[in-house]
Amino acid sequence: MSGNDPRLNRRAAIRLLLADRRDLLVVTGLGSTSWDAASLGDDDRNFYLWGAMGAAAMVGLGLALARPDRRVLVVTGDGEMLMGLGSLATIGVQRPPNLAIAVFDNGRYGETGMQASHTDSAVNLTGVARACGIEQVFDIADEAALRQFAGLVHRAEATLFARVTIRAEDAPRVLPPRDGVLLKARSRRAIGVEN
Amino acid sequence: MADWRDEIFAALKAANIRQVGYVPDAGHARLIDLCRAEPTIRAVPLTTEEEGVALAAGAWLGGQRAALLMQSSGVGNCINMLSLTKTCRFPLVMLVAMRGEWAEFNPWQVPMGSRTQAALELCDVLVYRVERPEDAGETVAAALDIAFNGDLATAVLLSQRLLGAKRW
Repeated sequence: MSGNDPRLNRRAAIRLLLADRRDLLVVTGLGSTSWDAASLGDDDRNFYLWGAMGAAAMVGLGLALARPDRRVLVVTGDGEMLMGLGSLATIGVQRPPNLAIAVFDNGRYGETGMQASHTDSAVNLTGVARACGIEQVFDIADEAALRQFAGLVHRAEATLFARVTIRAEDAPRVLPPRDGVLLKARSRRAIGVEN
Repeated sequence: MADWRDEIFAALKAANIRQVGYVPDAGHARLIDLCRAEPTIRAVPLTTEEEGVALAAGAWLGGQRAALLMQSSGVGNCINMLSLTKTCRFPLVMLVAMRGEWAEFNPWQVPMGSRTQAALELCDVLVYRVERPEDAGETVAAALDIAFNGDLATAVLLSQRLLGAKRW
């Protein structure tokens, strides 16, 4: 079935997005995007959310504001983004130039049995992001556009938002560490925070 | 003695708070104005209070200290997000303007206001209450100390008696 589906495979998408990550800081949302990031190999610069659904974009905002010298990429799913939809409004007001948000949108709640999310039938996340004041908004459906976005993440002078259309399919689970204190402490160390 | 709101602001400054997330409340109006006017503080208006819990976590990952300003009703919005704070032991300081207690006119404020402290304590947040203006600055300073010294979640409840009941 997926062989005829032109949409991106989520693991191919994360690989493209982080192929040349350099010193990029990554925040992933509950839950499949956390496994996606881990599938490339665990990395201290990844802060994976295993819970706190709806938090990913705001954790990214706090981090981007704290570290204007570093690039921050939030990678989350459509269900996680929908739960924190208001955070797009909050980010639209702040618009740090070092923050990018990529939403892997399969229109499904993948962790709970592939139930349809709001984006499957009615809600357009790029429209929401644009309406919230985020000016650099991308609707990405193929590898070339994703590769271009991945480059822009390192040099943009504005907050970026991308909806990346992916296939609704289960990828093998690759689980990162789930000790929250460990994840916090090692991210801080990797970022070079002293205190 | 300086105005107690100014003393809270001085405590935030002394603790090197660099991000302040807030949902407006009349009881915080002066503090919000002070934070917005302060060049070393990034004031971040939120659409709902749980955004601030995640904002503070991100700030701490990047090495900055954050504080949150909200009304007691907003505490209810934070409950699940406090699992981020607890699981990762992020420091957290919430300054909560109380409604639904002393001389409250609006009964819709009472269910959350009367359970704010219990709800926070149920989530293992350390709660300090301010009833008298002379205690405000040092209570906030103490909450900031314990939060950032020990990676702990704290809330300072500014009582409605202190703030003055909203006039209708």
